Amino acid sequence: MIGPYYRPQLTSMLSITHRATGVALAVASLGLALWLTALASGAGTYGRAMVYATSPIGRVLLLGLGASLAFHFADGIRHLFWDAGRGFEIKSAYASGYAVLAFTALAVLGLIWLLFLGERGL
Amino acid sequence: MSLRTPLASARGLGSSHSGVHHWWVQRLTAVALIPLTLWFVWIGPGLLSADYDSARSFVGAPFNALLLAAFVVSLFWHAQLGLQVVIEDYVHTRWLEISLQVLVKFAAVLGTLASLLALIRVTLGN
Repeated sequence: MIGPYYRPQLTSMLSITHRATGVALAVASLGLALWLTALASGAGTYGRAMVYATSPIGRVLLLGLGASLAFHFADGIRHLFWDAGRGFEIKSAYASGYAVLAFTALAVLGLIWLLFLGERGL
Repeated sequence: MSLRTPLASARGLGSSHSGVHHWWVQRLTAVALIPLTLWFVWIGPGLLSADYDSARSFVGAPFNALLLAAFVVSLFWHAQLGLQVVIEDYVHTRWLEISLQVLVKFAAVLGTLASLLALIRVTLGN
């Protein structure tokens, strides 16, 4: 794909981002397993796990994770429509691509509020 | 000796030797993950701010534990199918490719088992 004659396009950029976010989320799913294991292990282990998860670095990771999840979720639905044979026209493919980006941007705003600005103090 | 012609045994299976099974399960888990992810995102913020006892009683509630188990199984299944394709497409050193594939499968099974065991322990309360 990348070569001297390649020109970046929305469609291919979203495609590779779908893969990249998928890989990131796959790694993160091990974090979910660790979190559940910590919860089963007892209050001490769980407390330490939550200190890491809610530390500044943890929050930044959760933001990246949430953004990846929002993108992969929305773009995944876009892919399912394609699998059903719908939305293949260039115009539709671009429109749905921009919709995915808009959804992701909204999710990032929500996550920033939730993780860094909200009053509940996650 | 098989009486089937080579064409008959190859038809419908393609280069993966497993036909459309991988493709289908990838979509099946994707569809399952749509409602499960929405639910998980809905409960996630509350769990992050909850203390140990409330997090444990929430996760241990039968319906929540069931949905979490379904989420975790679909998630790891979907993840390892996706990683398999990424490795197939980008890793062309044979020994490294095989090693990564094995590593991914093992990690996915371990992650699933660890999550399910943890859910059972939390549900049974010890």
